[in-house]
Amino acid sequence: MTPLLEVRNLVKHFPMRRGLFGGPQKAVRAVDDVSFVIEPGATLGVVGESGCGKTTTAKLVLLLERPTGGEIRFDGVSLAELDADGLRRYRHSVQAVFQDPYASLNPRMRVSSIVTEPLVTNERLAAADVAARMRRALDLVGLPARAADLFPHEFSGGQRQRIAIARALTLSPRLIVLDEPVSALDVSIRAQILNLLRDLQRDLGLAYLFIAHDLAAVAHMSHTIAVMYLGRVVESGAARMVATQPRHPYTKALFAAALPSHPDDTREEIVLSGDVPSPLDPPSGCRFHTRCPQVMPRCSTDEPKLLAVDGRDVACHLYDSAAVAR
Amino acid sequence: MKESREEGRRPALLEVQGLSTHYVTARGTRVTRAVDDVSFTLRDGETLGIVGESGSGKSTLALSLLRLLPRAARTVAGSVRFEGEDLLAKSETEMRHIRGKRIAMILQDPMASLNPLFTVGDQIAEPVRVHDGVSRRGAWDRARALLAAVRISAPNTRVRNYPHELSGGMRQRIVGAIAISCGPRLLIADEPTTSLDVTIQAQYLALLRELQRAQRLALIFITHNLGIVARMCDSVAVMYAGRIVEAGPVREIFNAPKHPYTRALIESIPRLADSNGRLTAIDGQPPDPAALPGGCAFHPRCPVRLDKCATERPRDSTVGAGHRTACWLVG
Repeated sequence: MTPLLEVRNLVKHFPMRRGLFGGPQKAVRAVDDVSFVIEPGATLGVVGESGCGKTTTAKLVLLLERPTGGEIRFDGVSLAELDADGLRRYRHSVQAVFQDPYASLNPRMRVSSIVTEPLVTNERLAAADVAARMRRALDLVGLPARAADLFPHEFSGGQRQRIAIARALTLSPRLIVLDEPVSALDVSIRAQILNLLRDLQRDLGLAYLFIAHDLAAVAHMSHTIAVMYLGRVVESGAARMVATQPRHPYTKALFAAALPSHPDDTREEIVLSGDVPSPLDPPSGCRFHTRCPQVMPRCSTDEPKLLAVDGRDVACHLYDSAAVAR
Repeated sequence: MKESREEGRRPALLEVQGLSTHYVTARGTRVTRAVDDVSFTLRDGETLGIVGESGSGKSTLALSLLRLLPRAARTVAGSVRFEGEDLLAKSETEMRHIRGKRIAMILQDPMASLNPLFTVGDQIAEPVRVHDGVSRRGAWDRARALLAAVRISAPNTRVRNYPHELSGGMRQRIVGAIAISCGPRLLIADEPTTSLDVTIQAQYLALLRELQRAQRLALIFITHNLGIVARMCDSVAVMYAGRIVEAGPVREIFNAPKHPYTRALIESIPRLADSNGRLTAIDGQPPDPAALPGGCAFHPRCPVRLDKCATERPRDSTVGAGHRTACWLVG
């Protein structure tokens, strides 16, 4: 099966302005050689801490940023080969839902206009068709038809997120980028939205790129997980395997740091020292070596490659002998 | 269990009885019962989690304890006894000697708690000089020691840094250093780690626990996150619409929650190990505190409501050692 989305060696550097006396040009290496695939109807979860490049990756997929290098393929075709028409179709097929439904909906537009705006600007449809598509979208996200005439402020956070999801659905996309879709919501509402997203995936065959810092939510929603650290993927594989038997020391520390769901759920605590280094000047060799509890001499000089280990991909020198070259 | 065995002989550090705080509009026409008849006790060295969603009144409760309420809010009933003294009867001057000295607070956003124009050394030294009358030099020495205590590397140089020169995790540790600078007995932390990354959050929680053990601090965690309660707390109070609907030892609440809201809240969190199955969602949304439903405020969302839940407010009933809930199903 051709993957729906395939990202190969994606790079995004943000150049810094040079100082008064010039000096070497520096760049924030936000995304540095990242590859992953998303299968049709499946969810890829991307986890990592602030500055790891997960949101930049999402923006690159949404064509909101132009990559410095690498390739994005959709349905087997490289985006670089597409003409303007092809790119427009790609933009239809890939939609987004963002974190804050208070900021992502125009307060001066009625829900009907918000939900149909993508249709009106992108397709020539009769008014009756537009209205029918809007009703279907509202129905899919569990909003009553009368919601169409209201303004965003008349809704709670959870319902606003439903409106944002309805807007993303009107163009019948095949992939939706979900950037922290529930972290702004109340705890009792989060489960509603996560369940809705799973139902929509099952009914409409949607694929998701799911970005969140809540590790349990990502593990719950995803089929595969990619763990990012300072612009690189350090481990990726089947969600349950990565979440419960991580191999990379960073993945181990990350999931050990995730809060328990029960007081007796006492995992081995791995407390990492220090902060995430600046992506402006990432450490040499393995970027995690400055905080790694299992650091070896070669980690500061040799950059580990992403290799197949125990059924998933890991970039770590600990597994050099066990790894199978890809 | 440890808590219940020692319950009898340890005196309460903080005893809150029937506390009610209301917000009143300028003309006095609309009253919002943000905190309504809340009672709990906390012993020396104990950790209590107060859990609730936005609008549940948990932050207003914390501000009521320290008498830091905004002008529109007023504590209209109840008592707050701290080390045997009623805080609600204290004068503003007396309160100023208590805040930061005997009760300290950590807020969510460290950048908003720190003054951008002063070095971290000045800001840690300030309460030490004010409360303990230490000289400037002595206070700075204490500041360096406190920076080391909150695990900031190179405290001698960091002490001269401004907040913007530090990362989010370090800033929150500075706030922690200020909070413990005068040796408080009680530390109230309102969502202290929500702005932090996962591994930094783990560092910070581990640090708080260490400080708590070293200084025998009592801790109150105000949070929406049951995971923090599971990791950090001895007991928990669940708030809904201004009231405590269930309170008790943390293990008992997680193993056998009695209130339908608590049960739903615990079942709605995704778990790392299971990626299948639906989450138990709670229908509807938290009520507007200015227009609460009658009877039990949770009844419109409750899956097991009875007829009288809409009209009569359930009273607290004891369901185990130190475990109480306000629900007609058990009451």
